[in-house]
Amino acid sequence: MAAPAQHELLRFLTCGSVDDGKSTLIGRLLYDSQLIFEDTLATIAKDSRKHGTTGEDIDLALLVDGLEAERQQGITIDVAYRFFATPRRSFIVADTPGHEQYTRNMATGASNASLAVILIDARKGVLTQTRRHSFICSLLGIRDIVVAVNKIDLVNFDEATFDRIVGDYVTFAAELGFRSIVPIPISARFGDNVTAKSGNTPWYHGPTLLAHLEGVDVSQDLSAKPFRFPVQWVNRPNLDFRGFAGTIASGTVAPGDQVVVAASGKATRVARIVTAEGDLDRAEAGQAVTLTLADEVDVARGDVLARPAERPAVADQFAAHLLWMDEEPMLPGRGYLMRIGNVWTPCSVTSIRHRVDVNTLEQHAARRLALNEIGFCNFSAGQAVPFDPYEENRATGAFILVDRFTNRTAGAGMIAYPLRRASNIHQEHFTIDKASRAALTGNRPIVLWFTGLSGSGKSTIANIVEQALHRAGRATYALDGDNIRHGLCRDLGFTAEDRVENIRRVGEVAKLMVDAGMIVMCSFISPFRAERRMVRDLLGAGEFVEVFVDTPIEDCIARDPKGLYAKAQAGQIKNFTGIDSPYEPPEAPELHIRTAGRAPEDCAAEVLEKLRAAGVRC
Amino acid sequence: MTIASPRSPLTPHLARLEAESIAIIREVAASFRKPVMLYSIGKDSGVMLHLALKAFAPGKPPFPLMHIDTTWKFREMISFRDAMAKQVGMELLVHTNPDGIARGINPIASGSALHTQVMKTEALKQALDKFGFDAAFGGARRDEEKSRAKERVFSFRGPGHSWDPRAQRPELWSLFNTRIRDGESIRVFPLSNWTEYDVWDYILAEDIPVVPLYFAKPRPVVKRSGTWIMVDDERLPLESGETPEMRMVRFRTLGCYPLSGAVESTAANLPDIIAEMRAARTSERQGRLIDTDEDASMEKKKREGYF
Repeated sequence: MAAPAQHELLRFLTCGSVDDGKSTLIGRLLYDSQLIFEDTLATIAKDSRKHGTTGEDIDLALLVDGLEAERQQGITIDVAYRFFATPRRSFIVADTPGHEQYTRNMATGASNASLAVILIDARKGVLTQTRRHSFICSLLGIRDIVVAVNKIDLVNFDEATFDRIVGDYVTFAAELGFRSIVPIPISARFGDNVTAKSGNTPWYHGPTLLAHLEGVDVSQDLSAKPFRFPVQWVNRPNLDFRGFAGTIASGTVAPGDQVVVAASGKATRVARIVTAEGDLDRAEAGQAVTLTLADEVDVARGDVLARPAERPAVADQFAAHLLWMDEEPMLPGRGYLMRIGNVWTPCSVTSIRHRVDVNTLEQHAARRLALNEIGFCNFSAGQAVPFDPYEENRATGAFILVDRFTNRTAGAGMIAYPLRRASNIHQEHFTIDKASRAALTGNRPIVLWFTGLSGSGKSTIANIVEQALHRAGRATYALDGDNIRHGLCRDLGFTAEDRVENIRRVGEVAKLMVDAGMIVMCSFISPFRAERRMVRDLLGAGEFVEVFVDTPIEDCIARDPKGLYAKAQAGQIKNFTGIDSPYEPPEAPELHIRTAGRAPEDCAAEVLEKLRAAGVRC
Repeated sequence: MTIASPRSPLTPHLARLEAESIAIIREVAASFRKPVMLYSIGKDSGVMLHLALKAFAPGKPPFPLMHIDTTWKFREMISFRDAMAKQVGMELLVHTNPDGIARGINPIASGSALHTQVMKTEALKQALDKFGFDAAFGGARRDEEKSRAKERVFSFRGPGHSWDPRAQRPELWSLFNTRIRDGESIRVFPLSNWTEYDVWDYILAEDIPVVPLYFAKPRPVVKRSGTWIMVDDERLPLESGETPEMRMVRFRTLGCYPLSGAVESTAANLPDIIAEMRAARTSERQGRLIDTDEDASMEKKKREGYF
């Protein structure tokens, strides 16, 4: 077996669909580099007879198809990581599935790879899927490509076929910005040009696949880029030591270097580079170190240290490519959590500029992004964050979006550029603030958010509550779904996208009214948890009271004050909540009112009681 | 403690693996309420512990170590464990499943599958629940076994510590999703991208202490199912006509002694072990009797909550 590798590690990705022989190729690399142990081989030999597709030969693909379900179905449905080493280099291979429904898996594998091996079946040539794979590689920042024209044995090792495929590929890939494209004719099954030169392709004078992988220079020269140090953890073992631990994303650093905290602009100098083995004179991209600073400046996890003359952008609005990875579609306006560097912040897409068809690379208009779709979008984050364009720096230009309720990783983003709007529109500060306005009226400003099915009694209860507040001399206003849709939101319909925008506008208006010192009653079906959460986040602590008006749908249908359920059931109204559009009940509302068998006055009294408890005099 | 200066500078490859692992370990300290490092005493745990010490220097790792003791570990493992914990100055928690003891579960009479289920998997879950840990480090590597090749670095566990391969989160770049709700937890594998070679090369380069059982020495063994089992104490029942013989053996992986197969070897120091490994033609798991029950047995065990 190989001696320790002195070379840098190469992480690469293999792209291809089931029939392209991708798993067979990786199995071949492992087998020919003698990384297959005898006991593993014995298992594979047994499996080959059970699941294999190669008759009595050992099916090398079975070496790499991991989970039980995959072995039985003969497909690769997740990203598997494989390891092998030669005397010249160590390799980590991300083995990813090629079908369109696994775009997210391929992107996952590509995110940490610096080279991609794109398999093309010599009998089929450049296909739609080849374009898709190449586009995703390009989008994720891979600059070096190997085009492995596989199954060359099945086209009689024909040079003209190979040349035609390579010509097609190079023409199509011209716009993808690759730095190098190296075509190699191979047979993964029989080993031609994989690790040893094939006698069957005398016309091919290039390297074997393995020789190319061993020698290729894929360095992105991260150390030559501007210094970026995302602070990961503040190390304070005792009062005498305050260090900032993290991994240098790019550039180099030395004691005495001037640095600034990107977001705050505070400047200082690097005092020491601390490691377990002692201080360093210099550290560069990729090293995990602990820096101490010359001055006591405010630095926390999430901050990025940079040089004064080479700062990253700092903005709360930016444009980015977004790959959607969740079953639940992405809707503009809906709130997600974004992780960029070591910062977590609320974030939403403000608009989808276009969706990219991954097969044709054409741009289309879109109002949502479904699983495995890619869009170019404008984003708004809850705070200004430091970043670089992804093309310039993968480590500081990438982010993920997480669903606020399921915590699933829902999206992967690559920032293109900051949007200037954010930096040119500054908040004006007025002397009279919310507290002074509230003091004038003796109000405690608050939002009562009534949510529930159509016909559940939201407006009826809100109406009674408002009358009581009015009598008590409180300044109030009622925002009602039906009324709002005649004016502020008359351009919106009832699709999921429009419902999100509807609630976003109402939330902003409610926020202004709270700022004006009012008690605001909002009666909206507001069927999605995410949007109610969005409004909650707009307001201060204790200012949002979620009132779940819980009426069984049978009662609502029976009551049907506006005849809407009848129409919905007749199919005359589409996207009607409770009929053909979902209602997500609140998980922890401040007030849960079960209306069944109760008078509206009784329910309203419950709300007033809650308000008194919250400090509203009424 | 201070870390001994390395015998030789790390290769670029090992330096990169080390930096990646340190970043993962720091991420857990920064993101979780109550993490713990599972310490299984083996070589991978030793490397993981060493990396944790490096990650937080000049401070100490802000989490305890925990060992799930099946009561069937080699005696040398236990004394090594206690000595290491003392040396590094970290808190060491030891948990044994009391129900398993009460039921008399053991690897010999109960069989390896039941023993593993009760004394390792169930015991681990008990301990995590008892202390309320929301993140647990493990020393598993992706190169060990097929179903591990697809394991995440931050592996999500639902309520009851269940592992659902389909519920795993995509991991892009090094932007790990550390968010969980009450009752959920994360298993973290800082050595995901290390191979067995990397582990030994690193142990040599950094002079990391390992249990002497990894080095060849004459030990009392009996041959069982084609592998050498060490008679570590009187609890191993000898079959009729079976007498322990002294053989030069060593272990490639360590676990419960009746389930750990030894290999005949003369490799008595690190360079010899590495040379022997590079010439070897069998995988390290071959010495583990618990994996051979069935081909996909690791995947099954993981679904139940095994590491």
